[in-house]
Amino acid sequence: MELISQHTKKIMEECKIRASAAGLVFADETLEYIVTNRDMLELSPKVMIPTLYDYWVHDVEVLREIGKYKLYPHNPYETVINSRPAISFYNDNNPDWLNIMIFYHVLGHIDFFQNNLLFQRTWNDDFVGQALADKRLIESLRSQHGRWVDYAIEFSRSIDNLVGYFETLPKKGFPEDMEPSEKVSFYFYIFLQEIKKVSELELFNEIDKYNKLVTQNPSQADEAFFAEVRIKYPEFIPVFEKNREKPKQECVDIMEYIRDNSPFLRKEENVWMRSVMNIVRNTALYFGPQMRTKIINEGWASFWHDELFRSDDRIKGNEVAYARLNAGVTSLSRIGLNPYAIGLRLIQHVEEQANKGKICTNFQLLKGIEERENFDQKTGKGREAIFNLRSDFSDFTLVNTFVTQDFTDEHDLFVVGQRINQQRGTKEYYIKSRKAEDYKEMLINTMIHPVKISVDERKTNDKNLYLVHEFENRQIYKPYIPDTLIGIEYLWGAPVQLETIEIVRTQTKPGEKAVFELRKILYTSKDGKVLKVNI
Amino acid sequence: MKNLYKKLKQKGLSKEQEETILKELAMPETHPQVVAAETQSKSFLSLYDFNDLDIFQSLKTPDKTLITSLQTLDDLLERDKKREEDGFPRRIRLGKYIKPGKDTKEKVVVVPSTTEPKFYHDDSVTEEQETTGGTGEGEEGEVIAEEQADPQEGEGEGQGAGKGSGGEHEMGTDVFDLGKILTEKFQLPNLKVKGRKVSKTKYQYELTDRNRGFGQVLEKKETMKKVVETNIQLGRIKPGEPVNPDELVISPRDLVYRILSKEKDFEAQCVVFFIRDYSGSMQGKPTETVVTQHLLIYSWLMYQYQNNVMARFILHDTDAKEVPDFYSYYKSQVAGGTNISPSYTLVNKIVTDEQLAKDNNIYIFHGTDGDDWEEDGQKAIEELKQMIGYASRVGITIAKNSWTSADSETVVEKYLNKSNLLKEKPTFIRMDTIVSEQVDEARIIEGIKKLISE
Repeated sequence: MELISQHTKKIMEECKIRASAAGLVFADETLEYIVTNRDMLELSPKVMIPTLYDYWVHDVEVLREIGKYKLYPHNPYETVINSRPAISFYNDNNPDWLNIMIFYHVLGHIDFFQNNLLFQRTWNDDFVGQALADKRLIESLRSQHGRWVDYAIEFSRSIDNLVGYFETLPKKGFPEDMEPSEKVSFYFYIFLQEIKKVSELELFNEIDKYNKLVTQNPSQADEAFFAEVRIKYPEFIPVFEKNREKPKQECVDIMEYIRDNSPFLRKEENVWMRSVMNIVRNTALYFGPQMRTKIINEGWASFWHDELFRSDDRIKGNEVAYARLNAGVTSLSRIGLNPYAIGLRLIQHVEEQANKGKICTNFQLLKGIEERENFDQKTGKGREAIFNLRSDFSDFTLVNTFVTQDFTDEHDLFVVGQRINQQRGTKEYYIKSRKAEDYKEMLINTMIHPVKISVDERKTNDKNLYLVHEFENRQIYKPYIPDTLIGIEYLWGAPVQLETIEIVRTQTKPGEKAVFELRKILYTSKDGKVLKVNI
Repeated sequence: MKNLYKKLKQKGLSKEQEETILKELAMPETHPQVVAAETQSKSFLSLYDFNDLDIFQSLKTPDKTLITSLQTLDDLLERDKKREEDGFPRRIRLGKYIKPGKDTKEKVVVVPSTTEPKFYHDDSVTEEQETTGGTGEGEEGEVIAEEQADPQEGEGEGQGAGKGSGGEHEMGTDVFDLGKILTEKFQLPNLKVKGRKVSKTKYQYELTDRNRGFGQVLEKKETMKKVVETNIQLGRIKPGEPVNPDELVISPRDLVYRILSKEKDFEAQCVVFFIRDYSGSMQGKPTETVVTQHLLIYSWLMYQYQNNVMARFILHDTDAKEVPDFYSYYKSQVAGGTNISPSYTLVNKIVTDEQLAKDNNIYIFHGTDGDDWEEDGQKAIEELKQMIGYASRVGITIAKNSWTSADSETVVEKYLNKSNLLKEKPTFIRMDTIVSEQVDEARIIEGIKKLISE
C-alpha cells in the first residue's frame, strides 16, 4: 500500500475546506492509500483493517448460506475506516473528478463516524494502532501455545455477535432518577414475582398502592410503603439483605461473563485466553456502531457528495460522467433495496419536512391529503434537522421515525414479494404491499438484530453454565447451536446449557395455512456432545 | 401419465398411495431446464452487501482461489484432521460449484469453505417467501418480474462456493482432485480393479508435445515469449522504453516447436450410470441430496479410474430418458409422477445394445425419494436382478422428503426388502436411506461409504 500522490492529496485538502464550510465537522488529519487488487485480497477478509490479527478462517471461503437465513451479519466494508487519523482507500487509476466525488463521500463518512453518538466509544482511541498491538500479542501467544490460540479465537468469535454493544455505550443523558431504588426493584421484580410467586392481580394491586403513595408524597413514599410490607411479609428484609450481600454482577454480556467467571480461564495455564477473548470482543464492539448505521451513514455520505460535488467548480466538463455514476449509486431500483438510495431519500425527506416545519405535532394531527401537502410554515430548519439526524439517529430510529405513508408515496415505494407459479414453472415477483407500515417492517426486518442471550446466575456454577435465550418470536438457527455450544463449553471448562424456544411447523398439507407451535428446549453440551430435550 | 394412473387404479391402490399420485399429477408435467442461475436474485441482496469500494471504484472483494490463499488445501485439511484429535468438530467443507453454461459442459470447482457458527436468528420456518423493496408504477398484487424457478433454489447455493466465486478451472482436474481428497481425507475405500478387465492401452503419435530447439512445427507465440524473456535478461528490453525488434537477440533455445510424440490412448474402463428420480415429489432437499451425492461419487470414480470413466445420465419420472451431460442431469427441474422400472429397463437396454458389460466395470447409482407408483415393484426387481448380473455395484439412495416420516418404510424400501436382494447379494447391491431434511456433507459422504464399500 502506498499513499496517494501529492497532486491527489491537494485535491483532497481542497475538498476538506469546502466540506468544513458546508458545516461538516471532522479531524483535519486523514490518510489516503492506493490499493491494488492484491491488497484487496488481504484487506477484505480483515474488513479493511490492515493491522487486524491473522486467523485461518480469513484464508478460507466463508459460506454465507444466503437464503437459508438472511441475517448473516457480516461487517460492512467501507472505503474509509473509522481510525485516528481516518484511513481511506483508492484505486490508482481514478480520474480526478471521480476522486473529488469519492473524497466528498469519504468526508461525509468521517463526519458521521466522528459525530454520531453510536460511535462514542471509538472517539478516544485509534483502532488501527490497537489492532496492531493485539496482532502482535496474538503472534507471540501463537509461538507459545500453537493451534490452541486459534481455538481460543474461534470460540471467542463464536459468541462475538452477542456483545452488549448498547450496554457499553456511555449512558449520556440517561434519566437515572427514573430508576426505582434497589429495594423497590427487588420487592417487585424478585421478591413478589420469583420468591412469593403472587398472582398478577395481587402484583398490580401492590404496584398501584406504591404508585399512589409516590404521587401523594414522593419523599416519604418508600418508608410508608415498606412499613406496610414489613407487616405483611416479615421475612422481606432478611431476604433482601441476604440477596444484597451477593456481589453484584457487573458483566454486560456473556463474553465478559465467561471471561471473568470461567473456572477454566481462571487456571494459571489458561489465563492468556482471556487476552484473546478481550481482543475478539473489542473488535466486535468496534464494528457494532457501523453495522447499526449502514443506511443512515451511506445516506449521509451520499447526500454530501451530491451536495458538495455539484457546487464544485473543479468538475466542469465531467457533469455527465458524474450524473451517470451518481444515478447508479443512488437510484431506487425497481426491485431491490439499496442503502444509499433509501438513506439519501430519507435524509432529503427530513430536510424538506423540517424546512416546512412539518416535524411537529400539529402537522401530524392533520388528516386531509391536501392540507398536509400545502402545509408550509417556512421555518427553514432543514439543515439543522439533518445535522441532528447525523448525531442522534441510527438505522432503526431513522426508519422507524421517518418511513411514513407520505415518504413511501412520494417515491412510489412498495414491498416486493415472490411466489412460485407452478403452471409456468417460474418465480414471480409481485407488488405485495404499498402500505408504509409494511414497507417499514420489511426494512426493519432486514437490519441486523443479534440474538439476546444472558446467563442465569442462579443455575450457574463452576460445574455448569446456564444460558437463557430471550425469545423474540424468532428461533435460533438450529444447525449452528451444537457447534457454538461446544465452543462455549471449552471456554467454561464444564458443561453448558442453553434454554431456548423452537418454532415447530405442525404438519400441514401443501397449500394449507401453516400452524406453528412453540416448544421450550434445553440444549446441554457435555464432553463435546450436545443433547437436546423438551422442557 | 393419466393412463398409467387409471391402469394402476384398476389394479387397486392404497389410500396413501393414491394421495401421493394425485399430488404429483397436479404438478406440471414438463421438466423445464433452468437457465441463468447466475443472474438470479441480485435484487435480494441484503443492505449489507453494498459497499463503497465496489460501487464507486469497482474494487471488488476478490474471489479466493487455492493459488492465492495463504494456506494450501492440504494444510487446511491437515489442520482439520487435528481438530478431530483435539476433540472438536471438523470445520472445513468442500464446496462444490457447478458452472452453469451448457456449451462448456460441466465444470466443477472445488473450494474449501467453512462456516462460522454463531447464534443467529432464523426466520425460515415462519416466513413463506423473502421480501424486499421496490419502486415505481403498479397496483398491489401485480406481477412485475419473473424468472425460471430453480429446483435447488436457496439450498443449492448453500452447498456451493458461496457468493460470486468461480475460478476458471476445467472439469477434469478438479473432479479428479475432489476424488483424491475424498479418497484420502475421508477414507473412502480404494477400489479393487478386477483382473480380467485390464485397461486396453495402445499408442498413437500426435503433435502434442513441445520441444525447444528443434521439432516439426514452430510455435510462434511461445517462441516470441522466450525471445522477450531472453532479451529482458540481456537488458535489451527495458520497461517503459520502446522496443526495436531489429536489435533483439534470438537464441536457438528460444525456438519452441511442436514435436511428434507417443501418446497413450485409453479406453473407458469404467461405465457409471447415474439415475435420478426427477418426479414432482423430489422438490427441494431430496434432489439436492441426490445430486450432491452423485457428483461426489462421480469424482471418486474419476480418481479411482484415473479419469477413465464414462458416465451416463438417466432421468426418470414415469418415463426414463438419457441426457447427454451432467449439466442437464443436474439442472432439470422436478415434475411429474414416479415410476422406477422404466429407468432400470433403459439401463439394461443400453448395456445390452452397446455390449458394455464385456470390457467394463459397471456402476449404477440411483437416487430417489423412495416413492413408486408401482407398489409391488415386480418389474423393477426383475430389472435389478438382471443388473446385478453384470454390474460391479448397484447403489440406491433413498432421500426421504419432508412429508415422509423418518421411521416408516417407503415403497421402494418395502419391495427391495421383500425381494431379499439386499441380503443375498450385498456385494452387488446396496441401499442407503437418508432423511434429506437433516442431511449435511458428512452424512452424504457416510452414505457414499455405505454404497461403495467392499
